[in-house]
Amino acid sequence: MNDFRELYQEMILDHYRSPRNFGPLENQNLSARGYNPLCGDEVEIHLYRDGDGILRDISFEGCGCAISTASASILSEVLKGRPENEVRDIFEEFHKMITEDGTAPEREGLTKLKVFSGVKKFPVRVKCATLVWHTLIQALDEKEEEVCTE
Amino acid sequence: MCSLNRQSRIDDPGATSLDLATVKSLFPCLHQQVHGNPLVYLDSAATTQKPISVLEAMDGYYRENCSNIHRGLHALSERATAKYEQVRNKVAALLRAPDPREVIFTRGTTESINLVARTIGRERVGSGDEVLISAMEHHSNIVPWQMLCEEQGATLRVIPCSDEGDLILDELVDLISEKTRIVSIGHVSNAIGTVNDVKQIIQAAREMGALTVVDAAQSVPHMNIDVEDLGCDFLAFSGHKVYGPTGSGVLWGRLDLLESMKPWQGGGDMIRTVSFEKTTYAEVPLKFEAGTPDIAAVIGLGAALDFVKEIGLDAIYAHEKDLLDDAVAKLDQVSGVRIVGRPAHRASSISFVLDGVHPHDVGTILDQKGVAVRAGHHCAMPLMKHFGLPATIRASFGVYSESDDVDSLVEAIDEVKGIFR
Repeated sequence: MNDFRELYQEMILDHYRSPRNFGPLENQNLSARGYNPLCGDEVEIHLYRDGDGILRDISFEGCGCAISTASASILSEVLKGRPENEVRDIFEEFHKMITEDGTAPEREGLTKLKVFSGVKKFPVRVKCATLVWHTLIQALDEKEEEVCTE
Repeated sequence: MCSLNRQSRIDDPGATSLDLATVKSLFPCLHQQVHGNPLVYLDSAATTQKPISVLEAMDGYYRENCSNIHRGLHALSERATAKYEQVRNKVAALLRAPDPREVIFTRGTTESINLVARTIGRERVGSGDEVLISAMEHHSNIVPWQMLCEEQGATLRVIPCSDEGDLILDELVDLISEKTRIVSIGHVSNAIGTVNDVKQIIQAAREMGALTVVDAAQSVPHMNIDVEDLGCDFLAFSGHKVYGPTGSGVLWGRLDLLESMKPWQGGGDMIRTVSFEKTTYAEVPLKFEAGTPDIAAVIGLGAALDFVKEIGLDAIYAHEKDLLDDAVAKLDQVSGVRIVGRPAHRASSISFVLDGVHPHDVGTILDQKGVAVRAGHHCAMPLMKHFGLPATIRASFGVYSESDDVDSLVEAIDEVKGIFR
C-alpha cells in the first residue's frame, strides 16, 4: 500500500465526510479551544464530566483537514463513557503510537485508533492528529487559554 | 505597470530564447526523486532553487577567500571585501538605483522592513499618525508596522482587497491623508500572485508627504524593477527568492534618507570611532551593517544576480507569464478546483482550493506524487480571512518551471480526487 493510502484509510475519510458528535453539547461542563497555526485548523471540544470523573458526553466543532477532523470524530466515539484518568493514559499511548513504535493502545474498544498509525510516516501531520487530544487535556485541566500546537 | 515592459523583449531577439533544458540543468536540487517520483518543484515563492554558480561562489569564498571583510590588511580579506562590495554594485544595477551606497545588506525582506520601522519609522510616526499597508500583505509587512503603531500610539490602516484579489485603489483618497506618515505595500502578493499598482499608491502617498516602502520580495525575481521610476523611498527583497542563498537580503533606500537616519543595531563595522564618552558612526551603508555579515550569502547573491541578468528579467517574466496563463487555464478545467483570486495582473503564484478536501490533505498527497506546493495561509492570514478560507494550495513558478510541471500538478490533483471521491 502506498504511504498516503495507508494514511487516508477509508475510516478516516468516512469520519472526515460525516464527523460523529459534531456540534455543541447542551449539558457541557468543560470545554476548550485548540488551534494549529501551521494549517489554520481550529477545534473546540465540549465535555460533560460527571461527579465520578467519567466523560459522559463529548462533542466537537471546528473545521480542519481530514486527519484532524477524523481524529476528533473518532476520539469522541471511543472515549465516551471512560474515566478521566484512563483518557489521559490513552492519550499517552496514542501519542506514542503515532510518533514512536506504531502500536495501538491495547485496551478494549480502541481498535479504531489504529487507523492513525499511518500518521507516523508523516511527521508534519502528527499535530493534525493530536490537536484535538491536546485540546481535550486542556479542557480536563480546566485551563482557560487556547491550546496551540506550535 | 511601468516595470513590466514586454516590448523590450520583442525588440531584443537575443533575450527571447530561454533554453529551458539548459536552465533546468543548472539547478542540481531539481534533479531528484521524491517518494519514488521525479521532483516537480512548484514552491519557488517560498524559496527558489539555487543554480550551480551560486553554490560555487559560496563554496569558493569558504575555500579560497575565507576571511572577515572591511578590516583585514591581508590578501584574503581584500579579495573577500572586493567580492562582497561588488555585489552592492550588482544590486544597485538590478534596481536601477543611482548609487550603490543606497544598498544595505540584511538577512532578508523581514529584517529590511524591520530596519525601516525601527529607525526612521520611530522618528516619523507619532501619536495620532497613521501607517498604511494593504489587505494582502505578508505578515512581515504587517507585524513590524503593528508593533510600531502600538509603541507610538499610531493607527494601522489597510487598503482593502476586492473579491477578484485586486486592491481597491479608489479608496486611497480616503485612506491617505496628512496623518499618513508611512505607506508600505507589497509589490506582488505571495499568497495569490496579484501584481499591485504600487506606482499609483506611491504617487498618492508622496503627495501627502508620506514615506513609501515597497516589499519587493515577490517581484524582484520575476520582473524588472526601477526604483527611480517607482518613486519609492525604500524597497526590500530577499536573496533566497531570487536564486540566491538564504541569509541574504537587501534594503534599498534613498541616500539622503539613509544619511539622515540613526543607526539601528550597534556594534562592529558600523562605527568610525568608539570611546566610552562618544561613538561616531560609519557612513552609509556600513552604518546599517553592524557585525560580521553573512559574507558567503552576499557573494552567493551576487552570482544569483549574474544568473538572472544573463537570462534577462524580461525573458523570465515572459516565460513565467506563459506558464501562469497555461496553469490557470488547465486548473480551470479541473472540476472541483477553484482558483482564489483573479487579479488583473498576475505574477509568480496561483492559489486554489479543491472542493471537499482540506489544502493540507491536498499538499500531503501531492508531495507523495513528487509535487512540491505550499499549503497553508502563506503568512497572509488577514487575506485568507478576506476570502473566508483557513488555507489554500499555492503553486508558484520560477525560471526553471515548465509546462510539464503544470501537467504533473493536474495529474496529482486527480489522484487526490480519486482518494477523496
